[in-house]
Amino acid sequence: MFGTTASDLLAMGDEICSQARAGEQIEAVLAYSSDTEVRAWEGEVESFSSATSFGVGVRVISSQRQGFAYAGSWEPEVIAETLDAARANSAFGTPDEHLALAEPDGVDPVELDLYREELAGVTPERKIDLALALERSVRSADSRIVGVESADYVDSLSAGAVVNTSGVRSFGRDSTCYLMAYALASDESETQTGFGYSVGRSLEDLDEGKAAADCVERALRLLGAGKPVSGRTTVVFDPWVAAQFLGIIGGTLSGEALLKGRSLFADRVGEQVAAAGFTLTDDPTNPLAFGASSSDGEGLAARRNDLICDGELQKFLHNSYTARRLNTVSTASAVRGYSSTPGVGCVALAPSPGSRSAADLIAELEDGVLVQGVSGLHSGVNPVSGDFSTGAEGLRIRDGELAEPIREFTIASTLQRMLLDIAEVGNDLEWLPMSSAGVTLVVDGVMISGE
Amino acid sequence: MSATPPPSTPSQAVEPLVDERLISRTLKAALRGGGDFAEVFVEDKRSSSASLDDGKVEELVTGRRRGAGIRVVAGASTGFAHTADLSPSGLAAAAEIAAAAARADGGQGSTESPRRGSREPINEVIIPPGRVSGGRKVDLLKLADETARAEGGAIRQVACGYGDSRRRIMVADSEGLLATDEQVKTFFGVSCVALGDGGMQTGRETSGRTVGFELFDDVDVADLARAAARRALTKLAAHPAPSGSMPVVIGPGGGGVLFHEACGHGLEADLVNKGASVFAGRVGEQVANAGVTLIDDGTMSPEWGCYAIDDEGRPAQRNVLIADGVLQGYMLDRLRARRAGRAGTGNGRRESYRHLPMVRMTNTFIDNGDARSEDILADTPRGIYVAHLGGGQVNTATGDFVFGMTEAYLIEDGRLTAPIREGNLIGNGPQVLMEIDAIGNDFAMGSPGTCGKDGQGVPVGDGTPTLRVARLTVGGTAD
Repeated sequence: MFGTTASDLLAMGDEICSQARAGEQIEAVLAYSSDTEVRAWEGEVESFSSATSFGVGVRVISSQRQGFAYAGSWEPEVIAETLDAARANSAFGTPDEHLALAEPDGVDPVELDLYREELAGVTPERKIDLALALERSVRSADSRIVGVESADYVDSLSAGAVVNTSGVRSFGRDSTCYLMAYALASDESETQTGFGYSVGRSLEDLDEGKAAADCVERALRLLGAGKPVSGRTTVVFDPWVAAQFLGIIGGTLSGEALLKGRSLFADRVGEQVAAAGFTLTDDPTNPLAFGASSSDGEGLAARRNDLICDGELQKFLHNSYTARRLNTVSTASAVRGYSSTPGVGCVALAPSPGSRSAADLIAELEDGVLVQGVSGLHSGVNPVSGDFSTGAEGLRIRDGELAEPIREFTIASTLQRMLLDIAEVGNDLEWLPMSSAGVTLVVDGVMISGE
Repeated sequence: MSATPPPSTPSQAVEPLVDERLISRTLKAALRGGGDFAEVFVEDKRSSSASLDDGKVEELVTGRRRGAGIRVVAGASTGFAHTADLSPSGLAAAAEIAAAAARADGGQGSTESPRRGSREPINEVIIPPGRVSGGRKVDLLKLADETARAEGGAIRQVACGYGDSRRRIMVADSEGLLATDEQVKTFFGVSCVALGDGGMQTGRETSGRTVGFELFDDVDVADLARAAARRALTKLAAHPAPSGSMPVVIGPGGGGVLFHEACGHGLEADLVNKGASVFAGRVGEQVANAGVTLIDDGTMSPEWGCYAIDDEGRPAQRNVLIADGVLQGYMLDRLRARRAGRAGTGNGRRESYRHLPMVRMTNTFIDNGDARSEDILADTPRGIYVAHLGGGQVNTATGDFVFGMTEAYLIEDGRLTAPIREGNLIGNGPQVLMEIDAIGNDFAMGSPGTCGKDGQGVPVGDGTPTLRVARLTVGGTAD
């Protein structure tokens, strides 16, 4: 069978690339993961899933045309079939002189400690105990907790390699695990939900108590929520919500969006696009980031990219293709799985934190809304026009204090305006299981629609 | 151009995905340590896609995923493992992992020999997409691109996508079930960006069915391109959406996603059983206004969410969930049906062999009423008209849901007036069902969709006639 060490994956990549014909460029992506998921319910294991997965993706560029194929297996005949398919597919693309694979650019990869061998040795019993303990903690936290929709322990050990005929040979691996729970809270008349989580690279990073306490608090504090009156107000995004908002902003700064005329920030590099004092950076070399990685999806060394400094737009992110098209250099921001060609995106986005706590920022607001959850981001935000409208739930802020819970309302503005309306950034930066960190964000002038 | 053969030319000969004797041995191995039930799900999915963006055909992509998922149920616990290795040793190893994960310590542990079911595929595929050359697929993209750009100089960007898949599945379980299906789907979508004085606007139109390349005998990609372009151009003149609570009229085919979110998910028995649905314990009650009939129909060929058998081997069914406002029952998978002591409803689905099945919708729609759509509009002094919706999301425990408007207009004095910019609508499922106060007679299916639940995506369809909700909250920016 196949191993999953650096030398095993790189050797497989080398073997695929060695079959390049004259005038052909080949890129091979190999991916491996070993995953476990335990779900607890009512004191029992509802399900225990365990599996290893393999994937291969092959990109062929020939006569300025590109083809791609992938398969979920490392069997030699499947890999051979995948290379053949990619080669055949390359006959149909539009010739494009800018098509080419990534080339080593002299930037050395930063060694990152993202893999903890001890996670591989954790017994199934220990994983089950963690899920059961989480479910028990949530259920017993308060008499108004009437159920646990899900209480999960999940872990993943993954490895990946990118090898191409232009000299790129990269390998990376990481381990992740998390606990996540959704609680159901109920009083006489209604039910509310809340979620909590804890993320790490090995079990010692996980805080079951925090995951349980967070989901219980989030569910309980919404009990009795009503619809707010419509109007324009200041909103405070909690870190989880802010991270989702920043992830969307990051997407608008993709070189792909720029190239294809879909970025609302086109032609604005050097201009003020956000409030003074607001700084946004994508830095995959920060080992604390969930999306940290020593290399990008094309195998180039990952690097820090400053996107917005003191409100001023600095640059767009690029992969090799978008950089060539726009006569610049890759920022090593290619993102992809084994089943797709490289896109462009952020993986470790973070704003520079401010100096004050969320509580202090809330204390200053005479009137506002703390938003603890949003829904419909995929349908209500248009990253091309900038229109922003999502469902929301949270707490009213009155005279500097958290007041009554509110739900079934929307918050709306435009992405352009919200960036300029950022009034404060909290000091509570935390890394979340997504491409962006979270931090408390205070945004003025957002329209809320309720009654 | 060189004479390259098409990228995938799978044999159409129907050979079993895995030998039936090997399946039997695998089921026995899965229950060797005990357990109540074992199942082997084998899948072989080939897909191809091509995209054109910024005037260039980016690339043709082909993919293949093949493997088996094995589950063992022991008491209240399910153990699951999957493998891409369909050899006897690969299946045996996965069976052992699934059995260990289920921690069976008893149960009957017996298996019956699989008996072949006799389901026919739901559709005869006339033109297998795997046999169509990449060149023909690429030509469709070029036609759509040219057509959309010809709609006007304000159209600044066009992206088109073609996709097809052929998914063969085989399900066998320890109760003697053995069933197979072949599901072929073909899809085409066009997205446009228009630029005006007020910035950029987008328009999208898609078509997808559970058929082969003959989709394009019926669907003209040039029509899709014109619709997408016009949607973007119309919105250049759009006003900010209003905010607050008001009547909302939903156009035919445009609003199925509302019911998918507002009540469909809440009628999935796995969520109901956990108390995570506002519809729990309400069978037999009036949950919607009189006249509202909600149906989930997996047999609705050739719609996007149809199939002959679900991913647990049960035949697809037409299930009336709400009849004239009264809740009839919930959608079930095998586990939930067994616990409820009921027959299944054919709603056990999974994204792939790498996933456990759960309760999922198929094609979910509101049936026709008897009002004329023009009368519904004329009877609405002020509100908004939603011609086309984007995606949505629901919290089934509270019933609160949102969905995005991608094409909408103001209604003033019973007539459509200005287009409005994008925004979300928000409401509460049980309340909205009671506030549907007019249902038209012009039923149409909507766009093909992918429904996400617990990290798994499956193809679904939806539909509605024109209908009116007396009050919904519109999340615009206008004061």
